[in-house]
Amino acid sequence: MLGLNKNDLTLLLVVAVLTLFAPFILNPFPADSAMAQFNAGYPDLMQRFIIFGIFAIGFNILFGLTGYLSFGHAAFLGVGSYAAVWMFKLLSYNVVPAIGLAIIMAGLFSVLIGYVSLRRSGIYFSILTLAFAQMSFALAYSVLSNPKFNLTNGETGLQVYKNDPQIFHGEGMQDFPHFFGIYMNSTHTMNVGAWSFDFNAGYYLCAIIMIAVFYLSIRIFRSPFGMMLRAIKSNQTRMSYTGLNPRPHTLAAFVISGMYAGLAGGLMAAMDPLAGAERMQWTASGEVVLMTILGGTGTLIGPVLGAGFIKYFENIFSKINDNILHQWFAFLPDGIEDFVVFIIHPFIGKGWHLTLGIMFMLVVIFLPGGLVEGGQRIGKWIKSRGKSDDKTATTEPAE
Amino acid sequence: MGILEVKDVGKRFGGLQALGDVNLSVKENSVHAIIGPNGAGKSTLLNCLVGKLIPDTGSVMFDGQSVLGRSPHEINQMGISRVFQTPEIFGDLSVMENMMIPCFASRDGAFRMHAVKNMMTEKDIVEKAEAMLVDMNMADKRHMHADSMSRGDKRRLEIGMCLAQEPRLLLLDEPTAGMARADTNNTIDLLKQISDERDITIAIIEHDMHVVFSLAQRITVLAQGTPLVEDDPENIKGHPKVREAYLGEAA
Amino acid sequence: MDAFILQILNGLDKGSAYALIALGLTLIFGTLGVVNFAHGALFMIGAFCAVSLSKLLQLSYVTIDETQKDFLGNPLKVETPYVESWFGPEVGAAIIDWSVPLSILLAIPVMILVGLIMERGLIKHFYKREHADQILVTFGLAIVLQEIVKYYFGANPIQTPPPDALLGVSNLGAWFGFELPYPNWRIVYFCFSALVIAGVFAFLQFTTFGMVVRAGMADRETVGLLGIDIDKRFTIMFAIAACVAGLAGVMYAPINPPNYHMGMDFLVLSFVVVVVGGMGSLPGAVLAGFMLGILESFASTTWATTTLPGINQIIIYLVAIIVLLTRPRGLMGRKGVMEE
Repeated sequence: MLGLNKNDLTLLLVVAVLTLFAPFILNPFPADSAMAQFNAGYPDLMQRFIIFGIFAIGFNILFGLTGYLSFGHAAFLGVGSYAAVWMFKLLSYNVVPAIGLAIIMAGLFSVLIGYVSLRRSGIYFSILTLAFAQMSFALAYSVLSNPKFNLTNGETGLQVYKNDPQIFHGEGMQDFPHFFGIYMNSTHTMNVGAWSFDFNAGYYLCAIIMIAVFYLSIRIFRSPFGMMLRAIKSNQTRMSYTGLNPRPHTLAAFVISGMYAGLAGGLMAAMDPLAGAERMQWTASGEVVLMTILGGTGTLIGPVLGAGFIKYFENIFSKINDNILHQWFAFLPDGIEDFVVFIIHPFIGKGWHLTLGIMFMLVVIFLPGGLVEGGQRIGKWIKSRGKSDDKTATTEPAE
Repeated sequence: MGILEVKDVGKRFGGLQALGDVNLSVKENSVHAIIGPNGAGKSTLLNCLVGKLIPDTGSVMFDGQSVLGRSPHEINQMGISRVFQTPEIFGDLSVMENMMIPCFASRDGAFRMHAVKNMMTEKDIVEKAEAMLVDMNMADKRHMHADSMSRGDKRRLEIGMCLAQEPRLLLLDEPTAGMARADTNNTIDLLKQISDERDITIAIIEHDMHVVFSLAQRITVLAQGTPLVEDDPENIKGHPKVREAYLGEAA
Repeated sequence: MDAFILQILNGLDKGSAYALIALGLTLIFGTLGVVNFAHGALFMIGAFCAVSLSKLLQLSYVTIDETQKDFLGNPLKVETPYVESWFGPEVGAAIIDWSVPLSILLAIPVMILVGLIMERGLIKHFYKREHADQILVTFGLAIVLQEIVKYYFGANPIQTPPPDALLGVSNLGAWFGFELPYPNWRIVYFCFSALVIAGVFAFLQFTTFGMVVRAGMADRETVGLLGIDIDKRFTIMFAIAACVAGLAGVMYAPINPPNYHMGMDFLVLSFVVVVVGGMGSLPGAVLAGFMLGILESFASTTWATTTLPGINQIIIYLVAIIVLLTRPRGLMGRKGVMEE
């Protein structure tokens, strides 16, 4: 069905079900309970899961398949956001033209950057994309925000003002992005006993788009084009001596992943009509690299997992403070309790980036395949343990 | 007129004259060997033929068209396939995928984007690749990771990938280097079979005289960047100049 | 004319910092073949050596001076730094005043130690892995290092003044009869950098150790075949490169108050410098460092910024992109080195 084999179809269905029922799944604890802080079913957090998921899926099409490590993808995200806000300013708050233009602009921009950067490979490619991203950041932050030609509104960030044209903005419409009248911030809250679940229009728009682009990425992975991209990663010499030109292939992959980033940027603006230059900084590009690696480079589900994992723990870790820690470890004797809290303290709250950095290093060192590989290893281990248990009855374990 | 005509090709690397006035003519549907001691310029010559290097002087014509200034993939699309000294295959891909890629390349050219088609639904490609695997005696290995195969199998796969493109000229760069005797003999048999059964010209660079004399119909001896002599194998064996330059030191 | 010279001089201090970081980067790349994204963090750690020492030296104890009253009439609390009580008020004050140059003494062992731990503990295991993995793991390390610094020192820049004696401005043009005011500390920084650069070059040029390292940079395998333990020397080279970056950071503290992300800021530019100079070329790194520093300074003039707004922000990247595309091996890179 859908041109997918059984495994891929199952994967797609699982992802679809999980995203559509996320408001339930992410709010497993009653709203008033102490555990409610681990709930992640707020609209804006769920939107972030999805948007960064899209960003990472796209990044993975480039890095996972071709092995070209770009440190400049945040630039496309930023371009997408700016394009979307401009659509809001000029036309109306409808998200369709905004997201459309975001994808187109990011695509055009990535053709330009990709055409130049892909003339080099390896670390030179990484450094070139890094240089481009920093340049784009500088352009957005200061160069393109002068009074004569204000494209980005510099430090303040681009936003919609009352005196903007908004030629199609209807009378009586609210000043917020909408999808043909459905406002992105409209939320329906459902209370079931002690639980409360939020269904947000913006989230569902993002979710449906993500399922669609996830499906597209499966198709790309399984296509002849996807195989060519993996061939480029595997052996470029053989590639060109087989009569295939690697450059248009990598450029196409670069542009596709740039458009994914643009889509993510457009959605970001659709959820909150504001675009700032800091979205383009290379540390933001680093973040999507982290997500992809952490989840599992070159796997279908990895980037989505990585994005969800990082955004979820970012949210949780930032909320934990010393008081909460003391509550948790209250069962320990006083001295030990203080010591444990003291040890954990640097990693929580504002220390989330430290935790992230350490986690990332551990993954690169010990688990290059990311969470997906980790899952596979655990699966194998359980299987082999099951088997060796059977064997011990008769023979020595294989180890 | 041969299918491959090399005229007065010269190449310098700094102060080193790697090739000087090389002339070579490879007849269609023959097996032509290029031999010579280390540093004779064999690999440099080969690299000039496939577009990796551009000679300083002279011309290289393939089937009446110049190959100079074209990039490797363009030259390949003209009908020249190359087998490397150490097998160059797509190590991270399966054997079947390895075989499908050249099939796509010869059907669709240097770049065509099939981004949403499922590759296994491309019936013609799948059939062709499977047939080629059967020809190469590798059908049972189709799901294997290409990197996990033995060196002999990798060589076999690489040759198969080149043949899948139905090239008119197959260039082999020391195809048996570093192989065990049994693998070497298998490779010789395979190449013999290929040249007998197919409309194909083979040019081979080789060190191993056993390989050269079992395969070649014509031999060019290269020494210090210039062709010493070009003749039939029988005459090469007894040629005094060749003995001096090459076989002499080997014997 | 004097404006022209002033712009060159203005570029020198940044150029020196670029050159020193790039020198270490290219040394590590040339010897170990590793692209070190954590090199900027080493520069930052150096700067924080200066911060820590000046804080340490200012550690004080409080005494209550009954003879003096504060404005509320209570006895005045007097903070006396320990150093002053140990060495006497004058010497102690001088030590505190000169804390930044003194930090060099602290930074050298600290940076060597950090370098050794980094190389032996982490980077050693990445020699055989892909460049992408090296980039990723050192990128992770850079995040960890900067977050640790942020945890202990906070997110705000910390003012670290130079010694009073070097605080002022000198008129460099006095000898030539025109006005050319230039901050003293920047002169010191430039001279210091020149000294360090000269030291590194002399070390590589005139010692047997340096000779082996240079030979190893040119052809690692052959040198390895000679029975020389290259790896050990390369480890020491890494420590030296870390030290150079650290020293650059120590002395830069008064110019730019250290903050936790200064390393990342300088890293990107230093990469650009290395690439422009030629990966693996030491003179190239120094030349490109100063060149780009000066270029940036010219692009920051009011004339340049009014003609092309923001040109100062992007000039270095533009140059890098042009160089990479037209001459991929960089200004002074050897032919064939990383030219893909």
